[in-house]
Amino acid sequence: MLGDKDRIFTNLYGAHDWHLAGARARGAWDNTKAILDKGHDGIIDEMKKSGLRGRGGAGFPTGLKWSFMPKEVKDRPHYLIVNADESEPGTCKDRDILRHDPHLFIEGCLVAGFAMRANAGYIYVRGEFYNEAQNLIVAIREAYEAGLLGKNACGSGWDFDLYVHRGAGAYICGEETALLESLEGKKGMPRLKPPFPAGSGLYGCPSTVNNVESIAVAPTILRRGAAWFAGIGRPNNTGTKLFCISGHVNKPCNVEEEMGIPLRELIDRHAGGVRGGWDNLLAVIPGGASVPLLPKSICDTVLMDFDSLRDQRSGLGTAAVIVMDKSTDVVKAIARLSYFYKHESCGQCTPCREGTGWMWRVMERMVTGNARLEEIDALEEVTKQVEGHTICALGDAAAWPIQGLIRHFRPEMERRIRARTEKLAAE
Amino acid sequence: MAMITADPKDVPHVGQFVFTPENLAKVRELMSHYPAGRQASAVIAVLDLAQRQQGWLPRVAMDEVAKLLDMAPIRVYEIATFYTMFQLKPRGKYLLQVCTTTPCWLRGSEAVMKACQHAADGETFSVQEVECLGGCVNAPVVQINDDFYEDLDETSMAKVLDAFRRGETPKPGPQVDRQTSAPIGGATTLRSE
Repeated sequence: MLGDKDRIFTNLYGAHDWHLAGARARGAWDNTKAILDKGHDGIIDEMKKSGLRGRGGAGFPTGLKWSFMPKEVKDRPHYLIVNADESEPGTCKDRDILRHDPHLFIEGCLVAGFAMRANAGYIYVRGEFYNEAQNLIVAIREAYEAGLLGKNACGSGWDFDLYVHRGAGAYICGEETALLESLEGKKGMPRLKPPFPAGSGLYGCPSTVNNVESIAVAPTILRRGAAWFAGIGRPNNTGTKLFCISGHVNKPCNVEEEMGIPLRELIDRHAGGVRGGWDNLLAVIPGGASVPLLPKSICDTVLMDFDSLRDQRSGLGTAAVIVMDKSTDVVKAIARLSYFYKHESCGQCTPCREGTGWMWRVMERMVTGNARLEEIDALEEVTKQVEGHTICALGDAAAWPIQGLIRHFRPEMERRIRARTEKLAAE
Repeated sequence: MAMITADPKDVPHVGQFVFTPENLAKVRELMSHYPAGRQASAVIAVLDLAQRQQGWLPRVAMDEVAKLLDMAPIRVYEIATFYTMFQLKPRGKYLLQVCTTTPCWLRGSEAVMKACQHAADGETFSVQEVECLGGCVNAPVVQINDDFYEDLDETSMAKVLDAFRRGETPKPGPQVDRQTSAPIGGATTLRSE
């Protein structure tokens, strides 16, 4: 188990002062100039060595992502963009960073912005997080007043301005290119890639979009060294991670733990165990709504990291663990997610716009068993027609939960169809 | 896809919309966050200001925003109908946004929704089903205007609504005994200080 001395988010629950003085007492903004003195490429190299993989869901190596930015600023300015549009069902970790440890995060913005040679950064906060955005705005003002941001930030000779940009309720704006469109004052409709944001992002300028948690851990990694971070977790799955444990557990919570912690240990140690005991577990969605669920037999032993969960044909995603006990109507639980994707599809690509609605309607029939057995195969086939055939990953995200349900709970779906058919025949 | 619409019969006529001087100053400040010529970036924030001033977004307010940001009005209408936080018709004093996505549903959002629907009168309370609010370890969650009310059940929801009815502002956050997102009964970590 991770010790408190290795925890990065020491004010996760807001037990202490989140303002500058409190943050400084916990170690934020401690000689940030020394970090910046490592130079743009020195910071990027150290981040690469730490093995940090992006915390927003896809798990792309953060240092490598930063290195895609041009090595020289030419006619177009560089931008750091932070994705604080946290909306993946099950996920509520960035919220705690924004409201309880904003300075740790703001320091990360400076460090990341400097590394990618950006003089400005925008933080895209989901509109519903009004109070969280207010804390962040106050913390940014404190940082400006203390000379930590703005001209000659932290005495480094580098100028860095940071702005909060609030969204207004659209899950799709968590997709990086939709976020850029939204930042430019348009509807959040994803862009085709390439060009990738590092070549042509915000206003057509080199930009990099990172998750809040990825940015917030950077200063601590650079202060304590890449080797420290790389020494936690497992190879290729290093460091600490914020987990959100929701659903049918006795004590739902957020917690920072070591990557690769066994799922069962995570739930038992921090969330008070599954309601009614471990044997009452039905299934777990291990990484936010977009990843396929896992039945209890896999949950018994699976480790919580990118590679272990990928090997089980699921994913770590945002590390949002949604627990379902045996009282759960699992088909309905997934059908509700299908409704979510139908609601949040931006409508740009036909397979997603039409497919999410179609899949949801069929899923609603599956809940009551109002279907024919062959329709399970038809449903699975349609998920494959949507997956991979859209501009962004929302189509995939809508397909995967259904595929996971069919993979692991097909007998339950068949049982409902048979039961309804038999009931109708008897009447 | 969700398209924000309002039935014309629910939309009262508003002849004119002008920002208050304080809000106009905020608009200028927001526009200054973006490079010259990129003031359209401020559209969401400026529409939000208009909505806060008026209580909802009449078309004249969108037109005023378009004028201030030098945008074609249709571009502003597009934004106002795409993002779900914009209200195109008047609503009650308190907007109850009830999250019913799977993590909240697993922990009883149906009962919470029932309590909200029971209270909705269109004057004091309006109710709206919303997708994941991002407070899942404190499910079920209801957003009331700008604040999150968390760890609700039918009884505590009714208590919160009663308090609003009496003109009070009940304390936002968890409605059970716990500190923010820490486990009930106390944190399992960060205890070594």
